[in-house]
Amino acid sequence: MLFGYQWDLSSPLAFAVSILPILLTGMVVTIQATVLGFLVALVLGLVWAVLKAAPSRFISWPAKVVTEFIRDTPLLVQLFFLYYVLPEYGIVLPAFMTGALALGIQYSAYTSEVYRAGLEAVGTDQREAARALNLSSARTFTHIVVPQAAPRIVPAMGNYLVSIMKDVPVLSVVTVLEMLNVAKIVGDRTFDYLVPLSMVGALYLIMTLVASTGVRLLDTWLPKQGIPLK
Amino acid sequence: MHWTEYFPPLMEGAWVTIQLTVYSTILGAALAFVFGIGKLSSNWAIKGVSVAYIEVFRGTSLLVQLFWLYFALPLAGIAIGIDLRLPPVLAGVLALGLNIGAYGAEVVRGAIQSVHTDQHEAARALNFTPRQTLWNVTIPQAVPEMMPSFGNLAVQNLKDTALVSLISLGDLTFRAEQIRNFTQDSTTIYSMLLVTYFGMALVLTAVMRGLETYVSRWRTARS
Amino acid sequence: MTDPIIKFDNVVKRFGELTVLDKLNFEVNRGEKVSIIGPSGSGKSTVLRILMTLESINGGVVTVAGEPLWHERGPDGSLVPASEAHLRKMRAQLGMVFQQFNLFPHMTVLRNITEAPTKVLGLSKKDAKDRAEELLELVGLADQAQKYPHQLSGGQQQRVGIARALAMRPNVLLFDEPTSALDPELVGEVLNVIGKLAEEHDLTILLVTHEMRFAREISDRVCFFDQGRIREEGAPEDLFTDPNEERTREFLKAVLS
Repeated sequence: MLFGYQWDLSSPLAFAVSILPILLTGMVVTIQATVLGFLVALVLGLVWAVLKAAPSRFISWPAKVVTEFIRDTPLLVQLFFLYYVLPEYGIVLPAFMTGALALGIQYSAYTSEVYRAGLEAVGTDQREAARALNLSSARTFTHIVVPQAAPRIVPAMGNYLVSIMKDVPVLSVVTVLEMLNVAKIVGDRTFDYLVPLSMVGALYLIMTLVASTGVRLLDTWLPKQGIPLK
Repeated sequence: MHWTEYFPPLMEGAWVTIQLTVYSTILGAALAFVFGIGKLSSNWAIKGVSVAYIEVFRGTSLLVQLFWLYFALPLAGIAIGIDLRLPPVLAGVLALGLNIGAYGAEVVRGAIQSVHTDQHEAARALNFTPRQTLWNVTIPQAVPEMMPSFGNLAVQNLKDTALVSLISLGDLTFRAEQIRNFTQDSTTIYSMLLVTYFGMALVLTAVMRGLETYVSRWRTARS
Repeated sequence: MTDPIIKFDNVVKRFGELTVLDKLNFEVNRGEKVSIIGPSGSGKSTVLRILMTLESINGGVVTVAGEPLWHERGPDGSLVPASEAHLRKMRAQLGMVFQQFNLFPHMTVLRNITEAPTKVLGLSKKDAKDRAEELLELVGLADQAQKYPHQLSGGQQQRVGIARALAMRPNVLLFDEPTSALDPELVGEVLNVIGKLAEEHDLTILLVTHEMRFAREISDRVCFFDQGRIREEGAPEDLFTDPNEERTREFLKAVLS
């Protein structure tokens, strides 16, 4: 995609201006990978949380080991594993998909803990009270448990969204053209790494600032009156 | 190449990974204390520098920081006439330490603030200087509070060392990549790699737990 | 006869909109044991916290041993707000025993007592230890020196708190509701120690308390605080048996019944 792209090397500022559009296309890929990875982490994390809470130890124990294993091994190695090993078993995914999947798997180990902590914080006394009022278990979950667990879960999930965003550059090793990879290629071609890499740093600061502000706004917007947090 | 032959180069890489983890965790812990305490300073310049450090390194990606130190910093050096080319080991330790230190600084700040004001009042009544209060009263009580988070950060740091393979530092992941390029035996080599990291993480977690028990022994003394 | 070691002169203390001390005038003589009683929120503890320099004042002058506490004399002789150095110098004359003990949880009993003498007064380790052991003897805890605070009962912790304050050799000892956080059966042992101190030492004692009988026993004078002022003061016999003010009567009736 970088073939034929024109940059202006007359001054650092002109150079920066000329490569901004292409860095922004990289940023779009970064955001796409973040969102997709986050969705995988949300869904898979919920699966782990349910398995870990299973009444049978034959289900909960393996789930605990697997999530601990995922949590304790590097994203980069998990990514290599998926990228090189899956095709040997006939599963061929585009690099972007493999990358988003790796992000999702890595962070599912963390999100499963968020679900667990959030649900555990709603004490059994709440469930007992709901049973005493003869609420159905579905209604107990949607009307009693979720409204109390959500204010605890949402901000923690938001923090992991920001973390995922900061881990997207790892995907550059499997040729995903996210922002850092684009900057690195521009640097390789022009022998000027200072301007593009500094720009990526600045753009990251803006992205994380926007994302954390968004998370905070979402957090203040969630109803939590009367719910003892912390 | 039989899979048992993978061990010698992998162990060589693991040793590099261990060294990287130890050095960068120590650097990170030192930075965490300096800037975590700095953020609570009443001196606006110290506070400003601390906040800037924490925000920049928490707000950007570790890989961006690593590439910046390794590829961009030498060019910045040329512009101001200083040789700032860093050997990969130094760039790796610096990037990892600076990154983990920024997260650690927030842990240190939070733990210091969690020490009850009662303790500050007692120290003031006994006429301790603010500095004596910080080092003799506040920090010894804050350290046990920090340890669980520090344990998580140390494991995070161990995992992050894998990224230095991307600036061709011969760590565990780099060695594994070399073997894979040579043998194409992806499943075996990456499985071994994952298990090795997992084992190292378990050991590191145990070490950090031990350290936690040691620094909080006054809490658990029996009557 | 009057040699005020502590003097409050028209002292005002506000927390936001709330006026806690309203032009308070109050004196304590050297060696005097004074109890302060009164309803909660009347500003009793604030008097002690101002003296210990834990709270600043919004108006008036506090003097300790003839020297302004929260002010120092500027070059032209006028009073200017005190510097940290001045506060440090003044604090050396005062000691405080806290309601919640405020012991250092990470130090043994012995180190709780020796830490400030060595670090602040510059005593040698040996001298500080000798002093601490003497004080532990006084409060009846000689055998607990190597324990950590959480291993002691509340009453024992408060006795360590008293020893810790005494180790700094203050001229004035401030007790801020020293038995309020204790289980009823532990109150006696702490009051015994305070009583012994009051009897045997020429220390000036300022005690904020809800223990009326104890206040009556040990005090030379009792002050009844209400709404940021001293409503009534006098010898304990007079104040407890025949108060002049209606408010004092009501308060005593409520707490003694």
